[in-house]
Amino acid sequence: MTRRAGFFQRLSSTQIVYLVALATLILGVVLVNSIGRSFFSPGNISSILTGTSVLGFIAIGQTLVILAGSLDLSVPYVTSLASLIAAGVMANNPNNILSAVLLTLGTAAVIGLANGLIVARLNVHGFIATLGVGLIISGYLATNFKGSFGQTPLEFRLVGATGIGPVPISTIIMLACAGLAMLLLHRTRVGHHLYAVGGDIAVARTSGIRVDVPVITAHVICSVLAGMAGLLLASRLGVGSPTVGSQGGYDLLSIAAVVLGGTLLSGGKGTITGTLGGVLIFAMLDNIMSVMQVNPFLKDVVRGVVIVAAVAVYARRRIVSRPERFPAKGSTETPAARPVPVEGP
Amino acid sequence: MSTALNSDRSAILKQNRASRSERLLRAMRTPGGAVFILLIGLLAAIIVLNPSFGEPSSFIRFVGRTAPIAIAAIGQYFVIVGGEFDLSMGSVVTMQVIVAGNLIGQDDSKVIPVLVLMLVLGAFIGLVNGLITTLLQVPSFIVTLGMMLALLGLVLYWTGGAAQGNPADSFRQIGRGGIRDVPVLDIIPYPVLILTALAVAAFILMRRPFGRMLIAVGDNPAAAALAGSRVWWVRTRAFMISSLSATVAGILLVGYAGVHPSVGRGYEFTAITAVVLGGVVLGGGRGWVLSAAAGAFALESLFTLLNFMGVPATWRDTVQGAIIIIAVAAASQSWQRKRKGASSAAHDEQHQLAAAPPPAEGTEQGGERV
Repeated sequence: MTRRAGFFQRLSSTQIVYLVALATLILGVVLVNSIGRSFFSPGNISSILTGTSVLGFIAIGQTLVILAGSLDLSVPYVTSLASLIAAGVMANNPNNILSAVLLTLGTAAVIGLANGLIVARLNVHGFIATLGVGLIISGYLATNFKGSFGQTPLEFRLVGATGIGPVPISTIIMLACAGLAMLLLHRTRVGHHLYAVGGDIAVARTSGIRVDVPVITAHVICSVLAGMAGLLLASRLGVGSPTVGSQGGYDLLSIAAVVLGGTLLSGGKGTITGTLGGVLIFAMLDNIMSVMQVNPFLKDVVRGVVIVAAVAVYARRRIVSRPERFPAKGSTETPAARPVPVEGP
Repeated sequence: MSTALNSDRSAILKQNRASRSERLLRAMRTPGGAVFILLIGLLAAIIVLNPSFGEPSSFIRFVGRTAPIAIAAIGQYFVIVGGEFDLSMGSVVTMQVIVAGNLIGQDDSKVIPVLVLMLVLGAFIGLVNGLITTLLQVPSFIVTLGMMLALLGLVLYWTGGAAQGNPADSFRQIGRGGIRDVPVLDIIPYPVLILTALAVAAFILMRRPFGRMLIAVGDNPAAAALAGSRVWWVRTRAFMISSLSATVAGILLVGYAGVHPSVGRGYEFTAITAVVLGGVVLGGGRGWVLSAAAGAFALESLFTLLNFMGVPATWRDTVQGAIIIIAVAAASQSWQRKRKGASSAAHDEQHQLAAAPPPAEGTEQGGERV
């Protein structure tokens, strides 16, 4: 093995994500400057950060769910539903903001609870459970809402439109949520249990963990964060829309961002920090392509290639870099007693 | 290896095997068998609501209409039973439809070459999916998601996002035509013939070493690798089968729906729903290929039933969502019961092999309870 590979091996996957993000940044600076625009102008930075917030909310929740060994495909529909409830209850009256927000997040939490219970209690694979719940909501939305609905008052719209310097308020709220999620993961019992359950549910159960609790918690938080994304979209658009979530493709994009951030799709390993890096990479790519006026269809091609290529970079590495479970103890051990090295397929 | 089994043992196996009817009954109680009962129930309900549906000629047309999704479900089955996902299916369908529309045009002589090109393209996409999944060890969810975005983007970029072209009628006949003037049935649509051929082929393939190996790989890839199967090649072939079946579905859809960039939208999720409805377990290793096709028919007849009941089409998603949750929850309870040995008669005390031959010293034969 070469020395360069050795250096590469020592990096954690989170560090690699940020190296990729740095590479994207450099690429962006070069490309954007080459057409005579500034990548670091306040307007551009603000637009990149705005791009991170909606996907950021959803990807944080998705990280928790994936860490617990499940998936959430219902997020785009929860987001759409949240935007409709928020805009519908507010009905352009500033006095309704608090009740609308509470009702929206409450509904999202109930959907998350349903997801969690179906996954944990009925033993339905997370893919199917959340696809099913998503379809149920999608049918409800398609039947009852033909177009945009309700209106959000000006005070609420300011949340999505203002910022401190170049940093939008929505991004600050998103980062605060990320901080809370990190606290949950690293400082609370349920957070540690989440990693344990995602790593190996059978081992977690035999170790005395109530395996339902972390899974349900993760699903509830994920849906609530999808609801937050819906609130943010309602605030930006000024109305609720039944298709705002599915048009964004947030289900698959958020999973892609989470995996891009170094989280194992099978659960049990990963960080929120990595996910934020993944979201940032997507936001910068989008911004660069918009500034360069790339054909919108080609944007999807670039996204698809980047997702696969970036994950391929560390998918192989991660498996190799796992510490040996039975380190050789030197001459006392006979070769026959050593575990047989298993070659990959 | 097979010489180690002496004829004694297979005779005892045969003797202890349950009767045909009992085995059929037992199969019907598994999720993969229950879908056939569900399908019969749904068809009966449709016929009660609308007796003309039961006429052979209109029923065969229903089978023809369902053929593309059933074929896609059969393809998706191979990937799922091998423990992977194929989300790129919908984009492959769209791509093939647009390739057909743009390259064939009104020129009959181009039909065969373009058909071959489409099949090669389909196999190639499956190969790429499979190799990236197995050799680069990227999760198939991510690989096929990337493929889905990239393919659809490329196709839409190529066509400028609008529907273009209309392939020659001889090509569209594959999807919409049929053998006419058949007694009783009136018409046998070509899609029905293609579906039957593919279902038989898939059934045989699953009984060949490849199929056995695929199930073993889906159940436990490490064990399958240690047992000497080339896991990467088995899975890659499964991806190729999936993309090829999406190609065939695309060819049939050109006849039905014409050329449109949204023709394959959501096809991958419908196919996965159908496969799961057929009792196939996500994560691999369990399920029958014909149950997957039956799942597609159950789904489509459910939509037909809702249609006849006058439920607005917008509720289709809701019903589809509820039904897959219920089906999978029921299936997972059933598999779990089976693992505990309560529901399966084969695990009962009196059904266990009574007469295992006594162990013979110095040989590998006898002694164990099977």
